[in-house]
Amino acid sequence: MSSLWPELERVLGEVQKPARYIGCEDGMIVPTHRPDKAAWLLIYPDTYEVGLPNQGLQILYEIINERPDAVAERAYAPWTDMADVLRSNGLPLFSLDSHRPASDFDILAFNLSSELVYTNLLECLDLAGVPLHADERTSDDALVIIGGHCAYNPEPLADFVDAAVLGDGEEVVSEITEVVRDWKASGRGSRHDVLRELSRLDGVYLPSMYDAEYDGDTLVAVTPRMDGVPAVVEKRTIADLADWPYPKNQLVPLTEVVHDRLNVEVFRGCTRGCRFCQAGMITRPVRERPAEQVRTMVADGLRRTGYDEVALTSLSTADFSGIEEVVAAAVSDDACGQVSVSLPSLRVDAFTVGIAAEIQRARRTGLTFAPEAGTWRMRQVINKLINEEDLYGAVESAFSQGWRRVKLYFLTGLPTETDEDTLAILELARRCIEVGRKYHSSPTVTVSLGGFVPKPFTPFQWFGQNTEVELRRKIGLLRDEIRNGGRTYNGVKLKWHDARASVVEGLFSRGDRRLGPVIEDVWRNGGVFQEWSEHFDIALWEDAMVRQGLSLDSYVYRHRTEHEVLPWDHLSAGLHRDFLWQDWRDALDELGLEDCRWIPCYDCGACTGYGIEHVVASATPPAGGSQGTGQGTDHRNGADTAVPVTLTARPRVTVGTGS
Amino acid sequence: MRLRIRFAKLGKVRFTSHRDVARIWERALRKAALPVAYSEGFSPRPKLSFGLALSTGFESHAEYLDIQLKEQDGGEAAPWDRTTADDMARRLDEALPVGIDVLAVAPTDRGGDSLQQAVVSCTWAIDIDDLDTEQAAEQVARLLAAEQIVVERERKGRIVCEDIRHQVLALDVSEATETGVRLLADLGTQPRALRPEELLAAMDPSLEARSVCRMHQWMLQEDARVEPLTVDAVPAPLAEVRA
Repeated sequence: MSSLWPELERVLGEVQKPARYIGCEDGMIVPTHRPDKAAWLLIYPDTYEVGLPNQGLQILYEIINERPDAVAERAYAPWTDMADVLRSNGLPLFSLDSHRPASDFDILAFNLSSELVYTNLLECLDLAGVPLHADERTSDDALVIIGGHCAYNPEPLADFVDAAVLGDGEEVVSEITEVVRDWKASGRGSRHDVLRELSRLDGVYLPSMYDAEYDGDTLVAVTPRMDGVPAVVEKRTIADLADWPYPKNQLVPLTEVVHDRLNVEVFRGCTRGCRFCQAGMITRPVRERPAEQVRTMVADGLRRTGYDEVALTSLSTADFSGIEEVVAAAVSDDACGQVSVSLPSLRVDAFTVGIAAEIQRARRTGLTFAPEAGTWRMRQVINKLINEEDLYGAVESAFSQGWRRVKLYFLTGLPTETDEDTLAILELARRCIEVGRKYHSSPTVTVSLGGFVPKPFTPFQWFGQNTEVELRRKIGLLRDEIRNGGRTYNGVKLKWHDARASVVEGLFSRGDRRLGPVIEDVWRNGGVFQEWSEHFDIALWEDAMVRQGLSLDSYVYRHRTEHEVLPWDHLSAGLHRDFLWQDWRDALDELGLEDCRWIPCYDCGACTGYGIEHVVASATPPAGGSQGTGQGTDHRNGADTAVPVTLTARPRVTVGTGS
Repeated sequence: MRLRIRFAKLGKVRFTSHRDVARIWERALRKAALPVAYSEGFSPRPKLSFGLALSTGFESHAEYLDIQLKEQDGGEAAPWDRTTADDMARRLDEALPVGIDVLAVAPTDRGGDSLQQAVVSCTWAIDIDDLDTEQAAEQVARLLAAEQIVVERERKGRIVCEDIRHQVLALDVSEATETGVRLLADLGTQPRALRPEELLAAMDPSLEARSVCRMHQWMLQEDARVEPLTVDAVPAPLAEVRA
């Protein structure tokens, strides 16, 4: 079908921020569609401003478009005003690249990074004209695939999606393309056949090919419905990031977006082992990009895009081997003029701040650290092994080098958390202010408080989330303490995440197939863009749960038992279940666990299960920090303390590119 | 040296905002490696100055931008000739998105009024659907015959009544289009610009535009109406620049 642009341009005057819908980015590809090509529509089900910078989507966009047998275009969730305008004008969801209707595509592939966007997925399917329920679709309808971190528990979306892809997408998109291309070439035979073919691919899970069994209210098994479908679907992992220097042409939007800068991924995976962190667990092992490739991607990217800022992205960028040399090269590249480098995930130590000072000469406004918990006891429970000296050292380093604002991220509602732990957050903040007063008359420390949501494939997957009431009480505790503290907390500002949103995140994070009707109910009652506070409405969710006869207690607040079947037990991120359970027990015993990048393997399963290894250029831990590197911590610092699994003396370090 | 650039904003990019266009130019100037001067201080910004903002969604053949370039070593500016202008226009065009097209580049005096102060009126092409030339002509005549046209406008958060008649410097039916008619309007910009939507709302009955395009910006020079940079000058080595 031809472009919808003539119709769209007539209605764009009626909506806010019309530049969201025009495409035209530098780096945009307008591919040639042909019957012998598989056509992907890559959809980020949130606004353009949030979705455009997503690196995962951009990587797949380029890889697919490089293939002679495939095309990929992009779409983002139309804001509510645009959705209304589309419906009232009889227009469908469309791609931004050539403004084609969604019905021109064979695959609608959604990137899911938050549970709160699930209703937007339904909204996009509805606007695309695709039947909401997978079992109502015919061979004429597009295949609906999801990926991203939420795909690790796709069960709540089982009614609506045809396939979920686990793990790195770089390789599997090509395998999916070949299956769909052949299906098209053969005249789009039965939908079941193409789904069956997809189920043979590693990392691709087809919910419709599995039965969920219950005993009363209890899930007892999710098992394949037919022979040849794997009992457990394993995630995909690319062995070496050096083979995938994407995005090569990062999209440069014409309108303002979040993270509006060049982004270069310096490594994937993290083995710090923070027990609350799903990203760190499911993306193992650590795979560093060679420093030379990082330098090339930064220099070429800055020249091509005209950006004056580059972010070196990863889950903990200061851990990158040779980080100092890489950032020094980036800031000293004269061809690009005044460039600033940002490190989005700063480790908490003075060394890291030193690097930040080196590279943020121009705009020194605020620095962010994530101690995550207020007491050392609590930080051992969550395995965020930052001691107070590290934190005060980092903060002193920041204030002494010109920064006036420091932001500290904390979680509340953590396992074993007491009010003493919660209140200790303010004590930390107060002492940071004290440090700051040595250098500035009115330093500020912003405490940003999130409600902890347990996630699948983490040691905390068995933990019963704090209730909304309890989370509110803890937030209130801190607010009251500040209010009653008089001058004690001058300079400390408190911000917090809506406890009600944490409840909904928790519901779907560990939910099962019975939640499908809840998502549909909320969407039918107008609940879209739930991750936006102006649209979030807890009543929609609570009412839907009541209508479906389901309880938040059972899904969100209940502790799981060791042998209980979890809704994602038939999926695997490589981590052995007994490793996770042992780590959970260790957490309750307040035992830390060091980073396996620089010490022998714990056999969590992420490397051994797939025959892959860490790819790190330096065999020694980075200087200057204690966190999980075995320097200066009390626990697990050598062989005298118990470790959860047998240590095997097996160096897991690959020098250089690792290939 | 200060450079003045005239550019068009046409097609899909017309839905970007004035702020978006400023960001697009900042990146384009870095990509084209033009030696733009930067402000001093903690947050150095490139020294750019844009003319009158164009409403999001309107097209234009007459957008203007002044750029301060870094002083050359020795203080003497490189000589300006056709090759310099050609090369600069080509580099900028390559660095800009489709639809933002460089029409003319020329050096301009350091002093003088800013573009926003100097421009006194703009010529707009306004396309209206479902209206024939005769009906349009009647409406135009009615509006021009009025001695005053009082409209409510928001000023600093307060609603005030203002007469806009004197800001309608010219209004003509230009031609019939496939779906209606094109009006050409010359609207005053001082002390505060009369917007094409305000003009259409004041007509009797009020009209809605299908599309609006800025064709010219005008300034006064010894009672003569002149453009800040003429398009004939593309690529503008000898363009007559007035400021």
